[in-house]
Amino acid sequence: MATEILMPALSPTMEEGTLAKWLVKEGDTVASGDILAEIETDKATMEFEAVDEGTVGKILISEGTEGVKVNTPIAVLLEEGEDASAAESAGTNKGEDAKAQVKEETKAKDTLPSDTPAAASPAAAAPKPPRTPDWPEGTETKTTTVREALRDAMAEEMRRSDNVFLMGEEVGEYQGAYKISQGLLDEFGPKRVVDTPITEHGFAGIAVGAAFGGLRPIVEFMTFNFAMQAIDHIINSAAKTLYMSGGQMGAPMVFRGPNGAAARVGAQHSQDYAAWYMQIPGLKVVMPYSAADAKGLMKSAIRDPNPVIFLENEILYGRSFEVPVLDDFTIPLGKARIAREGTDVTIVSFGIGMTYALEAAEKLAADGIEAEVIDLRTIRPMDTDAIIESVKKTNRCVTVEEGWPQGSVGGYISSVLMQEAFDHLDAPVINCTGKDVPMPYAANLEKHALVTTDEVVEAVRKVTYK
Amino acid sequence: MATRKTSDTGPAKGSNPAPKGSNIPAEELKHYYREMLLIRRFEEKAGQLYGMGLIGGFCHLYIGQEAVVVGLEAAAEEGDKRVTSYRDHGHMLACGMDPKGVMAELTGREGGYSKGKGGSMHMFSKEKHFYGGHGIVGAQVPIGAGLAFADKYLENGRVTFAYFGDGAANQGQVYETYNMAQLWELPVVFVIENNQYAMGTSVQRSTKSPSLWERGAAYGIKGEEVDGMDVLAVKEAGERAVAHCREGKGPYILEIKTYRYRGHSMSDPAKYRSREEVQKMREERDPIEQIRQVLLAGQHATEDDLKAIDKEIKEIVSESAEFSKESPEPALEELWTDIYAEEAPQEA
Repeated sequence: MATEILMPALSPTMEEGTLAKWLVKEGDTVASGDILAEIETDKATMEFEAVDEGTVGKILISEGTEGVKVNTPIAVLLEEGEDASAAESAGTNKGEDAKAQVKEETKAKDTLPSDTPAAASPAAAAPKPPRTPDWPEGTETKTTTVREALRDAMAEEMRRSDNVFLMGEEVGEYQGAYKISQGLLDEFGPKRVVDTPITEHGFAGIAVGAAFGGLRPIVEFMTFNFAMQAIDHIINSAAKTLYMSGGQMGAPMVFRGPNGAAARVGAQHSQDYAAWYMQIPGLKVVMPYSAADAKGLMKSAIRDPNPVIFLENEILYGRSFEVPVLDDFTIPLGKARIAREGTDVTIVSFGIGMTYALEAAEKLAADGIEAEVIDLRTIRPMDTDAIIESVKKTNRCVTVEEGWPQGSVGGYISSVLMQEAFDHLDAPVINCTGKDVPMPYAANLEKHALVTTDEVVEAVRKVTYK
Repeated sequence: MATRKTSDTGPAKGSNPAPKGSNIPAEELKHYYREMLLIRRFEEKAGQLYGMGLIGGFCHLYIGQEAVVVGLEAAAEEGDKRVTSYRDHGHMLACGMDPKGVMAELTGREGGYSKGKGGSMHMFSKEKHFYGGHGIVGAQVPIGAGLAFADKYLENGRVTFAYFGDGAANQGQVYETYNMAQLWELPVVFVIENNQYAMGTSVQRSTKSPSLWERGAAYGIKGEEVDGMDVLAVKEAGERAVAHCREGKGPYILEIKTYRYRGHSMSDPAKYRSREEVQKMREERDPIEQIRQVLLAGQHATEDDLKAIDKEIKEIVSESAEFSKESPEPALEELWTDIYAEEAPQEA
């Protein structure tokens, strides 16, 4: 029976890609292991191998096609004895028998939380922020991924000051493990885009010394999980020196990289560090959600005279948002954004947590509950005024984050509200967090280990007694 | 790989070798004597103030190791940088920081280098290019390489001295740093102050390596062992190291064999070694006594000249002690300052 070959997911977070090149043509016989095509994503180029043997009956997607969604049939494979007419009817099989290895991954992908509203880009659906517009009305905007926004921000700041440089594993010749630094080596050369050996503790310390010495380092950690190797330098050397030196010298620098759970990468690669770094005086901690925030906050972080922890998210890298077309677009650190106006409850979140917060707000709106959603953007210093101001209006608060419950960002927000807005609260604050477990690998378990939109909806119903 | 021990580069051989130091101007020799004595007397005073309860917490004295920093400072040029561990008083005095500011920091006063907020282990001076004062064993090593990274990036010809002890020499980040410093040819001198004890654990009890500097060979870094009780030998080795760095050849390692007379910190009775061992070192190898003998034997100075220096040093140290007692405690508002910088620091 003819089977469809489906567009593969080359990584758990891939949603679409370019079919760059066919290496077989219709009529070719292929065996398991033969390379069929080259698939490109914004992150990587990969060869796609046949798993079954047969004859290429029909190529459904021609090479060079961009934006091919994962799971789209791209060709039909005929078994021995079948002719091309079988290819025509293969569509009905829906790839049932396509035992391509990618099928496994695609299946897993269906269960990912990132899958839910990703394409719809909830931010775009949200009303314009009324409190503090980040850019003048009427400004032209451009649809940009978070990945591109981060790269653009770094490039702009590197053009602005010769003393800004990027260092980390695979930032140069490889163009970034997550392609955040794509093109930077070409423009700025190896002096300013420095590939390091795999030695987080060492290069973090070297970067701190370089900051003491007058440079403005941007340190990329391939993920923040690996920054635990370097956390002594982040905290003891970078964050505390200004104080210990009586204000004589500090470490103006950015530590950045993906943070939190990606998808199916297990316990050691899936931790949200927002609450960890939030505790440290001397550090600023930024965790953007949208591409505009990623760009504007990154530029501010690079210019900031203090060490800044910039927590990105792998799942958000590929999402698109509107970014203003301005020569020098910055967003001040320490300022929250009202992502959605509402009167019944305040939902506070940041980073990828905003996905759940906004999605919950939409669901609740359908039931007549209007949630105000605050995107903190900066975790430290925290714009608690924005939260309190909103709670004075709504009298209820739910916090949303992927990190663990004990010592969470939400826990801190609760304590601030207890102390500074107790009389305005009509219900206890509820913290929606990741579960108190190391991240499991199994797709279904992972989904439940993270915070879910339903949990946010449920929490809001509790605090609104509806 | 070319490596050597300083014993290979001793005084010129001949039937009547000139007395040690005879080719060095008297003023320079006196400078070494004066600088080492300043550290010795300053540290003795710090020990006294600690005993009186004026200095608290950790206080790691440098007594016995004076020739290391004084010799290396003689090899440094204006603008060169230094960074070290928590046993840092000697380094600060040797690079020209004000003894009053250092002592007042030890007593936790407003007049201290960090306004009383750093303490014995955490002082800095931008003016003197002294970058701390770090309390985590080994952390200053990559920081030192980072300072050198900045200098190379800025192409300013400067060299950084990254000091660490035999204890820190077993930390992983030291070797991560060796690897990158050599890879990127950073102008940094790694100075291992081997005083033979990492707190209470002797080198023999912490490693089978016959020497610490030779570990650099694994990364292709040149180095040598130096007699750290001989300030002239330290200076000579320092000059070789600095020249290597300034010529753009990358890092250099100096393992300087020295000895700390006092305990690891004030609370350490140093029972892990015999009184005789310490006494023997003091009597036979003391760096200050050695240079004193060079001065007298070579007739570079008279007993009276040296007494005058002793008196001058005593006064400087007394003044610093007085200042450290009289300077007020920091205002309570200082608790809340210097946590975040408000403005961009000066670009280099």
